[in-house]
Amino acid sequence: SEDTQQQIIRETFHLVSKRDENVCNFLEGGLLIGGSDNKLIYRHYATLYFVFCVDSSESELGILDLIQVFVETLDKCFENVCELDLIFHVDKVHNILAEMVMGGMVLETNMNEIVTQIDAQNKLEKSEAGLAGAPARAVSAVKNMNLPEIPRNINIGDISIKVPNLPSFK
Amino acid sequence: MALKMVKGSIDRMFDKNLQDLVRGIRNHKEDEAKYISQCIDEIKQELKQDNIAVKANAVCKLTYVSALLRRNATTPFVLFLLSSTNFGYLAASQCFHEGTDVIMLTTNQIRKDLSSPNQYDTGVALTGLSCFVTPDLARDLANDIMTLMSHTKPYIRKKAVLIMYKVFLKYPESLRPAFPRLKEKLEDPDPGVQSAAVNVICELARRNPKNYLSLAPLFFKLMTSSTNNWVLIKIIKLFGALTPLEPRLGKKLIEPLTNLIHSASIQVQKQYSISIFGKVLFCFSLTVKYLGLLAMSKILKTHPKSVQSHKDLILQCLDDKDESIRLRALDLLYGMVSKKNLMEIVKKLMIHVDKAEGTTYRDELLTKIIDICSQSNYQYITNFEWYISILVELTRLEGTRHGHLIAAQMLDVAIRVKAIRKFAVSQMAMLLDNAHLIASNTQRNGICEVLYAAAWICGEFSEHLEELNQTLEAMLKPKVTTLPGHIQAVYVQNMVKLYASILQQKEQAGEKEAAQEITQLMIDRLPQFVQSADLEVQERASCILQLIKYIQKLQTKEVPVAEEVIALFAGELNPVAPKAQKKVPVPEGLDLDAWINEPPSDSESEDEKPKTIFHDEEQRHSKHRPPEIDEEELARRREARKQEQANNPFYIKSSPSPQKRYQDTPGVEHIPVVQIDLSVPLKVPGMPMSDQYVKLEEERRHKQKLEKDKKKKKQKKEKKGKHRRHNSLHTESEEDIAPAHHVDIITEEMPENALPSDEDDKDPNDPYKALDVDLDKPLADSEKLPVQRHRNAENLKSPDTEAPLVEKKSKKPKKKEKKHKEREKEKKKEREKKVAEEEKPAIVHCRQLLKLLWFLCSQTYDIQGNLQHDSQVTVSVIFENKSTSFLKSMELNVLDSLNTKMLRPEGSSVHDGIPVPFQLPPGVSSEAQFVFTLQSIVMAQKLKGTLSFIVKNDEGSTHEKLDFKLHFSCASYLITTPCYSDAFARLLESGDLHMSSIKVDGISISFQHLLAKICFYHHFSVVERVDSCASMYSRSIQGHHVCLLVKKGENSVSVDGKCNDSTLLSNLLDEMKETLSKC
Repeated sequence: SEDTQQQIIRETFHLVSKRDENVCNFLEGGLLIGGSDNKLIYRHYATLYFVFCVDSSESELGILDLIQVFVETLDKCFENVCELDLIFHVDKVHNILAEMVMGGMVLETNMNEIVTQIDAQNKLEKSEAGLAGAPARAVSAVKNMNLPEIPRNINIGDISIKVPNLPSFK
Repeated sequence: MALKMVKGSIDRMFDKNLQDLVRGIRNHKEDEAKYISQCIDEIKQELKQDNIAVKANAVCKLTYVSALLRRNATTPFVLFLLSSTNFGYLAASQCFHEGTDVIMLTTNQIRKDLSSPNQYDTGVALTGLSCFVTPDLARDLANDIMTLMSHTKPYIRKKAVLIMYKVFLKYPESLRPAFPRLKEKLEDPDPGVQSAAVNVICELARRNPKNYLSLAPLFFKLMTSSTNNWVLIKIIKLFGALTPLEPRLGKKLIEPLTNLIHSASIQVQKQYSISIFGKVLFCFSLTVKYLGLLAMSKILKTHPKSVQSHKDLILQCLDDKDESIRLRALDLLYGMVSKKNLMEIVKKLMIHVDKAEGTTYRDELLTKIIDICSQSNYQYITNFEWYISILVELTRLEGTRHGHLIAAQMLDVAIRVKAIRKFAVSQMAMLLDNAHLIASNTQRNGICEVLYAAAWICGEFSEHLEELNQTLEAMLKPKVTTLPGHIQAVYVQNMVKLYASILQQKEQAGEKEAAQEITQLMIDRLPQFVQSADLEVQERASCILQLIKYIQKLQTKEVPVAEEVIALFAGELNPVAPKAQKKVPVPEGLDLDAWINEPPSDSESEDEKPKTIFHDEEQRHSKHRPPEIDEEELARRREARKQEQANNPFYIKSSPSPQKRYQDTPGVEHIPVVQIDLSVPLKVPGMPMSDQYVKLEEERRHKQKLEKDKKKKKQKKEKKGKHRRHNSLHTESEEDIAPAHHVDIITEEMPENALPSDEDDKDPNDPYKALDVDLDKPLADSEKLPVQRHRNAENLKSPDTEAPLVEKKSKKPKKKEKKHKEREKEKKKEREKKVAEEEKPAIVHCRQLLKLLWFLCSQTYDIQGNLQHDSQVTVSVIFENKSTSFLKSMELNVLDSLNTKMLRPEGSSVHDGIPVPFQLPPGVSSEAQFVFTLQSIVMAQKLKGTLSFIVKNDEGSTHEKLDFKLHFSCASYLITTPCYSDAFARLLESGDLHMSSIKVDGISISFQHLLAKICFYHHFSVVERVDSCASMYSRSIQGHHVCLLVKKGENSVSVDGKCNDSTLLSNLLDEMKETLSKC
């Protein structure tokens, strides 16, 4: 199953990445993604694609909006999110996604609610690590200081220019 | 201790964290593999350390690496860490899947986390569980999750509600018990929980809508009151599934739906509604266009007319550069065709086929064309010649994968439409002549499948063929040997059919030399097939070669042979419905498994031979007879075959059902075949002809119309009855189009009394089928969720037995006089009986779940004094009201022992009970927790208790009492604690442990299973396992170390235990013995 997982990811990337900029956000007919009932819904932000694979029980526009909520949540949690944030903090991204989608079903679409829960968890984690965690955090901060070249690729302003038509979906 | 911690954290400063790892991997682009393996070594080191934070970090990194490499190294480590960190669950969701056998060891840990006081621990456990829930986990944890559904925190509630769907999928039995509570959650005050519940029910209802009709009013209310767009969309989708089942619902829905559409706040709905009218389709971006097409395809199902008017727009969409939109448009076309526009639409599609880039889209077009034409039994095709030529044109497609589809269509049409055979045969002969075009290109190997169909059609219907010799020679070309084996086999078979026809022709014409020539040709060319590498081809070729040599012999003796050879292929093959075999009902009194003859029978009676006919559907291409058959035998078989056909349901030519025929003419032979106007050059290869047919068709229609107009006038004059038309259902415009020639579509044959059920269409493995249960029936006792009561040694069950506890209870003999010694459960049951007699049913279903305040221990697990002070256990009790009365003022009291005391609020005496903080309406269950303090934990404890409550019903209220016993087993004082082998070894070496051992015989279950049981019921964790020997470890809440060495022999298991306290150890081992002896 892990091989098929990888294959699905590869095929999805292959399908999505070769599509033009100004075509629609939906894609059907992937062989691996589970037949005709399923479709890919994606959005393209700067260098990143956010791809969701959904079945017919989901509303297409609803999912588009969910992606927007996801990206905006990432932006709030990382303060001006960029591509590298996602690369270096896989665990956190995963955690945020887990607050929105659980076991393949949409759990929460209210951004404020998600951000509140994530903040609360971060706080808890810090207090748990407490004194013991402090030196490690300091070292990590120092290490990060040596990386002034982190490019900030995505900015949320860009996002809001690209999709002004879609209503917010809270 | 403090020093150690500081030292640990200083060490940690220089460990890599996840960010460092990612950075490192990115910096080592060239020698990535080496760097990663180096990192894995580091991670292994880190995992061995004591510091939990270090381990968490290590698992976090390992998860990342394994996601990167897909190497499943993580699983064993993750187990220990599930509780301690979020990463544990993240890692688990990464690497666990249904087959992971360690999953069964995690049940206890997950349960612990589920009841954690920290809502985020619970949340993380739920999220993780949603990714790797298995049937076993679902069964064991269903009840815990049910409890969480009424948690005080909405955060937990919504997750618990959502995960129930996964549980239902894995453990369908839980659906009915859980459904009432799920329904409750639809009206939860928290919008998140509400939306989760709507989500789950919609997901369930999508598969089996009829079971959820009763919820319609509730959803109706929700729809009019809710402001959450997500919920609204889900509910509308749900109603979409429900309305077909309940027509009245549709009318009711109209009003709120129009309100929704008109309210400007909901843009989504608006866009849907706008696109419905098709006008805006091209003003907006492609995304909206896509949605518009999607909406149209939905409307198409109900109002095909309104969509058909947008045909041109949709055809334009086929030119769109976006593939998704093109595919959508194609889908729509399928539903839009009629007799009138079929040719036009297919012509447009053919143009697209030529233009299309990329094989996927072209293949899609091809299948769509075939789908459109063949839908509902070729309903829309008026001219089959046109269809055949379309199919022939499609063979010119390069590199398609769907050659077999085209071939199947050709075969189907040629067999079922008798009138078209002549034309089909001529076309197929042309294909065979040009086979080199098709077969030459190796890339086109998909398309050479059509040669299979071509060869078969030419052979089977060779009486229609004009240039027999030419076709035969085309089939004997050396090039043919490069084709795939199964096609060659069909070639070989069918060239004999052709040969037979030619022979007959020549003999009738008296051209003996020509007949001998053709025989010689066969003998010359067949050896190339005899040498084939394909067994099937080889076998058929050599058989036929022998047959023909024999014929040659006869020919030289001037014996007429044609009749006999033709007889080999006498009889007609009818299309048989694919499910016909399955649907033959077994006649009464027939036992299919019984021997017809006694087994050693060597009789080869003629009756048995024609049995092969049953396989004819599959084997009709391969029917070949042994080469040398004497005439008598042949005649006899022919007779038998005829006989068989007369008796066999497959061969009774059922009169074709009237709706599938275009005219009511009685027999096939009487169908007047309209002379085909062969103004089209048939034999020019590579020339698309279908266009010509379109033109011809138009002319024909025009003519027809004129004629009809004339007729009408005549009819009016003569005042005769209306022109009789069969298809009264068709619209006026369609009625005007008569089929080009009267076509008889032979319906596929089915056994006469076959059941017209569609049941076999359903996939028996459909996971949703199990969820198709009636939700309105009241719950039966046996349907209760299995509750794990692992404290109660008597009730131990192996994790895989599903015996509901009710059954278990009823098995036990009941003796009323021994009332007080009976276990609590029996008491309940007994009570149930007693109360039922008194007609005041009030049953409290009590479950005890001792939960250690384990987080206290894990925080300060070095400091024993502290623990001693805090040694408490929590007992969770689920009260379930199974009576029809209302229960209130419940109070639970326990008779304290010296050792174990219930923790009461300050100021209350030992004799005061603790009030249960809720009331129970009928059928409701709820959980309450009670805390006990313990002095010593070395012995198992039993406490007597009473639950008093007031039963209130229509007749008034009465005071009731219920006695029970609480059993604190020694295992319940243990906490599952991971331990590493080195620490374990040190512990054993220290020598301050007492030792004891037991041996249990007659164990049959697997060792793995056995260990899982010990882990599950006695809270041990496996330290190390070597073959059939494992060391296990656990700790008591007061800090006793307990080490076990479990060895499995042939049929026995021996357990050696070491522990700080010998009494505790012997008690533990006694309990274990009891568990094991039940295995």
